Amino acid sequence: MENYMKPVPIQKKFFTPGVIIVAIVALNGLAFLAGRFFFGLGAVTNLNNQYPWGLWIGVDVAAGVALAAGGFTTAALSHVIHKEEYHVITRPALLTAMLGYTFVAFGVSVDIGRWYDIWHPLIFWNGSSALFEVGICVMMYLTTLYIEFLPVVTERFIGSVKLKGFISFLNKPVDKLLRILDSGLSKVMFFFIILGVVLSTLHQSSLGTLMIIAGPKMHPLWQTPILPLLFLLSAISVGFPMVIFESIIASRSFGIKAEMETLSGLGRMVPPILGIFLAFKIGDMVIRGTFVYLTQFNLQSVMFIIEVLFGAIIPLRMFLSEAVLKSKVLLFIASSLVILGVLLNRIDNFIVAYKPPYSYGAYFPSFGEISVTLGFIALLVLAYRFIVINFPVISLPDKSLAPKTKFAIRGVKND
Amino acid sequence: MQKQNRRDFLKTGAILGTAIAGLSSNKTKAKPKEILSDDRMGVLVDTTVCIGCRKCEWACKTAHDLQTPSRDSYSDRSVFKEMRRPNERALTVVNEYSNPQNVYLPTDVKVQCMHCDHPACVSACIVGAMSKQENGSVIWDTNKCIGCRYCMVACPFQIPSFQYDKALNPKIMKCDFCFERTKQGKLPACVEICPVETLTYGPRSELIRIAREKIKRNPDRYINHIYGETEAGGTSWMYLANQDFAKLAFPKPGDKPMPGTSESIQHGIFAYFVPPVSLYAILGGIMWITKKRNESE
Repeated sequence: MENYMKPVPIQKKFFTPGVIIVAIVALNGLAFLAGRFFFGLGAVTNLNNQYPWGLWIGVDVAAGVALAAGGFTTAALSHVIHKEEYHVITRPALLTAMLGYTFVAFGVSVDIGRWYDIWHPLIFWNGSSALFEVGICVMMYLTTLYIEFLPVVTERFIGSVKLKGFISFLNKPVDKLLRILDSGLSKVMFFFIILGVVLSTLHQSSLGTLMIIAGPKMHPLWQTPILPLLFLLSAISVGFPMVIFESIIASRSFGIKAEMETLSGLGRMVPPILGIFLAFKIGDMVIRGTFVYLTQFNLQSVMFIIEVLFGAIIPLRMFLSEAVLKSKVLLFIASSLVILGVLLNRIDNFIVAYKPPYSYGAYFPSFGEISVTLGFIALLVLAYRFIVINFPVISLPDKSLAPKTKFAIRGVKND
Repeated sequence: MQKQNRRDFLKTGAILGTAIAGLSSNKTKAKPKEILSDDRMGVLVDTTVCIGCRKCEWACKTAHDLQTPSRDSYSDRSVFKEMRRPNERALTVVNEYSNPQNVYLPTDVKVQCMHCDHPACVSACIVGAMSKQENGSVIWDTNKCIGCRYCMVACPFQIPSFQYDKALNPKIMKCDFCFERTKQGKLPACVEICPVETLTYGPRSELIRIAREKIKRNPDRYINHIYGETEAGGTSWMYLANQDFAKLAFPKPGDKPMPGTSESIQHGIFAYFVPPVSLYAILGGIMWITKKRNESE
């Protein structure tokens, strides 16, 4: 690497015309959410006794978990395999994962009928339930992500604790506390990093186990005993494209130069993983002979073809091309396609493939459901912007740094 | 990250190991009540006898404190024009189908929870709010339920329903085989009121014997199929009919218990926590080795 990179808070104003539009989308979602809390799920959603799960579970939860996979894949890359050159993207990826999972938790809480009982799985256990496993793992992983993010917070405030007024005498003790926390964290952080990777592989795959129990209610194109493996592989393959996608958007939004060298390096690692996923997906289809369903023309067959063709085959070819890896625009398009593919895959698994035996009509999300989903995404974007403006997340070239102190932490002496 | 040394690594690893060993000993408790007693009760529904009086619907609502119109209004047969499903306001309903043997004598089919021997809802429920009781009933516990509706996704018969209009404490509603009544030695409300003995309540094994006997004695009256004897691994409620059950809107869930595949995957991934702990150990090893290699460079 030519420049020595250092994470710093981005010097930008929070509000821009674009941000105000995003804020309006968020407020619209919150308005419908209020309707759900005052009048029940039936008032806002199109869910019914035939279609108990809809957009919120398919997108906010299932797709949300998959698209937050950038967190554990980059953690594995830079902290477990110690590929130091990818250090610059671990913090943005960690932040996305942390916010992503936070909103997954919100998504679950608003979808379940008794949101105030969301802690019940902690004391009422059912080991045979895939959902129980997902729930416990997500709770533990969310906690792990917050712990992994703590050093960013301590780094921001160490040496700059400035409490005002009568509590100003606390400045020194708080600073000392932060320093103790920081040095303690750095000693045990490896434990949480490995834990995060293990928990991720567990619940990413168990999300796939969820629909297996629906048996013949699920379309044979998707219903397969290897669903957990397919979910895990697709989550891993969307991890790096998601990091590329958000890095390019963030660099554009903040007017920073995109780290193309790092991003094409990430892009180079996509084809093997995406290829394995595709091989299993197609192989499973061939072995179970479900390709016969592709000869029928219906929503399921069309969605399956879109998902495989645009979500896996085309981007796989693109990532194999050196020209794509070198071009910011093409790299962005290829990454977006993988993301779209995984998003569609989760929608297909949880909504399109689900065919209840006595449905009166197909389910389509209501305006309220779509508003809440968009609102959550908007809130996530706003939270991301707020945090990178106020905390050292995104790395910028820092010429003042000597080579030895590449990853210096402010206020801590490097040894 | 940078300052971690080998001793820290081993120390934390040991703490993790102990924590996980502690967790796994609790594993046996992590299962809802699911008893498959040899004496479990069931109901045999003879659809060739049912006259569609819908008194069972009234009795069910009355027994479960649900709102119901007057008893006389149930003689209105126009409701049969549309197929109805049990829902949060009616835990059982009767549907009517044409009878190929006699057009003047339609076939009426009472629908409610089948009370599976290996219920998908019990296996699926995140908090174990569903349970299979000794007497065969599959019941729901309001104190545990979080309203996630996974039971509705899992149920092969699409039975559990949810109070979508309630903002606070919405319930999962389904037939509970009159658990409270049978505990006191009473019959289930629908069985008690049925005026033509469509419903026979008794030990499941005995009911299968009776059903076989009925089919043997009246081969013209019944098709040779006891629906529920093997469907979804066997159910407490079983049906006799004079035509293919698919024509009476019964689903075909297959003969295997619904939770089979998902539970074997689930228990495979978590076999005494060996796979996750091994993965942790492998990752830890890789982390340590690559770190050493980086340092020596």
